[in-house]
Amino acid sequence: MNRRDFIKSGGLAFIGSLAAPAIGSSLLSGCAAPSKQAGVQMALSHFGVSETLLRQVLAAALEKGGDYADLFFEHTFNNSIGLQDGAVNRCGSNIDFGVGVRVLAGDRTGYAYVENITADEMLKAARTAARIAQSNQSHQPVALTEKKLTHNYYSVQTPWENVTVKEKMPYVQRLNDQIFSLDKRVQKVRANLQDRTSHIFFANSEGVMYYDYRPMVVLNASCTMEENGKYENAGAARSYQKGFEFLTDAEVETIAKEAVANTAILFAAIKPKGGEMPVVMGSGGSGILLHEAIGHAFEADFNRKNISIFSDQLNKKICDAHINVIDDATIPFNRGSLNIDDEGIDGQKTYIVKEGVLTSYLHDRISAHHYGIPSTGNGRRESFRNMPIPRMRATYMEAGNIKEADIISSVKQGIFVDNFTNGQVQIGAGDFTFFVKSGYLIENGKLTQPIKDINIIGNGPKALADITMVGDNPKIDDGSWTCGKDGQSCPVTCGMPSALVSKLTVGGES
Amino acid sequence: MIASTHKELAQRAMEYALKQGCQAARVTLYANANTAFELRNGEIDRLQQASENGLSIGLYVDGRFGEYSTNRMNARELETFIKQGIEATRYLAEDPARVLPDPSRYYKGGLPDLEQFDQKIDALLPDEKADIARKAAEEAIGKDDRIISVDSSWSDRKYESYRLTSNGFEGSSRQTSFSVYAGVSIRGEGEARPESGWSESSLFFDSLPTKDIGTKALERVLRKLGQRKVKSGKYTMVIDPRVATQVLSPVMSALSGSALQQKNSFLMDRIGQKVASDKLTLIDEPHLIRAVGARYFDAEGIATQRIPVFENGVLRTYYVDTYNAKKMNVEPTISGASLLVLQPGTKNLDELVKSVNKGIFVTGFNGGNSNSSTGDFSYGIEGFLIENGKQTQPVNEMNVTGNFVKLWSQLAEVGNDPRLSSSWRIPTLVFENVDFSGL
Repeated sequence: MNRRDFIKSGGLAFIGSLAAPAIGSSLLSGCAAPSKQAGVQMALSHFGVSETLLRQVLAAALEKGGDYADLFFEHTFNNSIGLQDGAVNRCGSNIDFGVGVRVLAGDRTGYAYVENITADEMLKAARTAARIAQSNQSHQPVALTEKKLTHNYYSVQTPWENVTVKEKMPYVQRLNDQIFSLDKRVQKVRANLQDRTSHIFFANSEGVMYYDYRPMVVLNASCTMEENGKYENAGAARSYQKGFEFLTDAEVETIAKEAVANTAILFAAIKPKGGEMPVVMGSGGSGILLHEAIGHAFEADFNRKNISIFSDQLNKKICDAHINVIDDATIPFNRGSLNIDDEGIDGQKTYIVKEGVLTSYLHDRISAHHYGIPSTGNGRRESFRNMPIPRMRATYMEAGNIKEADIISSVKQGIFVDNFTNGQVQIGAGDFTFFVKSGYLIENGKLTQPIKDINIIGNGPKALADITMVGDNPKIDDGSWTCGKDGQSCPVTCGMPSALVSKLTVGGES
Repeated sequence: MIASTHKELAQRAMEYALKQGCQAARVTLYANANTAFELRNGEIDRLQQASENGLSIGLYVDGRFGEYSTNRMNARELETFIKQGIEATRYLAEDPARVLPDPSRYYKGGLPDLEQFDQKIDALLPDEKADIARKAAEEAIGKDDRIISVDSSWSDRKYESYRLTSNGFEGSSRQTSFSVYAGVSIRGEGEARPESGWSESSLFFDSLPTKDIGTKALERVLRKLGQRKVKSGKYTMVIDPRVATQVLSPVMSALSGSALQQKNSFLMDRIGQKVASDKLTLIDEPHLIRAVGARYFDAEGIATQRIPVFENGVLRTYYVDTYNAKKMNVEPTISGASLLVLQPGTKNLDELVKSVNKGIFVTGFNGGNSNSSTGDFSYGIEGFLIENGKQTQPVNEMNVTGNFVKLWSQLAEVGNDPRLSSSWRIPTLVFENVDFSGL
């Protein structure tokens, strides 16, 4: 297929303005400060709406006395190609298109969405959402003005709209071939490349209007190996907000090596003896500890409702003074970064723990209003089908000053963990868990026997207070982390330097 | 729901795909409408309402396969979409296993209505729905000084799908569901704010239990007060039917064709073998009337039938779809489970607990995972210590660790109390000699 044809027919033919080139490819490619005016104007024509209509819909949304309303337009293209049994032999695409209408009345939310963007449908949705408010005082939305995005954390060189299946296939094939070439025990490989391009257009009753172009890519591989009749399976992935330029031989090689290493270690690994013990968290993916132990409990919806274990802890010292924890929307190309959140607040870097003190919750518009402070820009939604709620972005701990080797050698009997699959938390009780795919026993200050497939459970405030050593090796894990909350999935990342938690409960045999 | 114009659109999409060079195709249409009311302390906090449509099309082109979906229900756009899909699919490597099912295996119709749809869904007023959630909350509000917050909610949904294949299958199905929930957060020890809840759901409005939802939520959270971890060791594990899917779900995954084909299953090559305790008899019963999970055909259009999955611990079937059957050169069965019935025993929870000397009654799992190749698992849990036949200390912050093949061979008792509102009807389960880690 001819690339240009694909842009024309595959990009914008679906939504009206054939005269316009594909949004994003022409506007944002490679430039750090995109032409914003063109962005909003093109978005209006892309979604087939006028500013007048937007104001009408916002007015309808507020006609029962709501305090605030917003419209979230989305057009998302998802593509995937997959390899199984040695060949790239599956592919797929999905198109998702619609607008969500939200009305706030105090802390309360009314929400409706439509897939068919017509004036009638939008007005109907607005009147449904409006019912959350029940007063006679309606107010008019102000005139709409474009909000200037101050940064672009995910500028794209080659948009995915311009890339054919044929151009993507060799990378996935190479990933397979490298995995097979790295270890004779490999029996099966599955590899997938998913790319996603979202056009987000937003307008609210305060007069803010913005357009954001959001790319995303995930490349992953899993492999099954056999040794003496026993099978093991593990994988590796990388994900960024990047275009086709993400796909390089170096990236493929990194994932191939990691997938093989993650699987190979499992044959020698055992389940440790379970119970309470010191746990050394390796750098990188150990950020899952922050995400589960404190990140969710810092999300301000739980705190404004007073149902988080940290609800009364703001501005209190909760851990060692060497500890700084950040939730960040500004890391270039990071899977969790945001130029602007899903309710019109600039992407930003938020210290949630500074020198051991809980300095900020993670706010959306509702909680910021509740606490009388500016939002931290954490209002995110899975798609136009969902209302925004406080969500993490990239959550990580800053560097300490201890060498990882010194942390490990301080532990007489414990475990070292650095490869995880999933975690969970109970916000109110504070109990959190994460599943360790592989790690090592620590015996007399040395890494010894590999371990695998164990769950670790702890209590958020206790675990945080039990972090006694922080390494000098900070690292963000760029795997395909996806966070679930209230039925909504959001892309996030996490990171951590190596650190010692003096006591956690480790699953295992008795 | 699915408009006749959309059915025509699906048929036209099929014709267009074939005309453009596909040798075969499968089209699926779906429509979904839902409303939800969420209340906080008896006042409406969120209301949500939406309806949506979508179409997906599987294209079989020159021995290759791609799958495409969109919510843009417009004939001209669909044609462009399909044309591009065909072009993209043509780049792929050939995959001879990609074929539509043998049409003789399709559901041909003629069986009685499975009664999955309640017309009443369109007659309910928003106020009625919100009232049910409000009453659930009121059962708990003000009943204990330690209460911080009472959440409750109503949700309803109707779902309809229509499937069409180029070799003769046409089928549609539709369902309703209604559910009500209450959750209570209370002041616990120190800064802790334990939370628990209760929910009920039903295909039919008239059979939805709406009483005692808030009462049960409050009882459940109050029982948690004073949770501790207890000593690591071997305990008898009793699992609440509400969370028992946790220990069955990895077993069902291990039976799937794709796991077997990828040699990523801890139950490979075990058909006809005894892999679990005598107490495990599990039947897939797809044709129960008015039951969640009942269906006459699967996503491929294949007619469902009653299938024994385990009989007295002996494995009787895998779930193998057309693709994986071709790949492995075996007979296909069905792509996935419909309505699983784990044959109940005769005792209720109290009777089961009475015979346990040293055990843990697991009421909730917290995170954890399992190894799909080996069956090893490790999960966080909460629940109650069982000492000498009685539930005593509430426990939390513990892990349960083991291997699923071994665990199911240690199944000692099955209760008489499955939740009928679930498509997996699993009663209370009792497993002996299970490793828990705590202190």
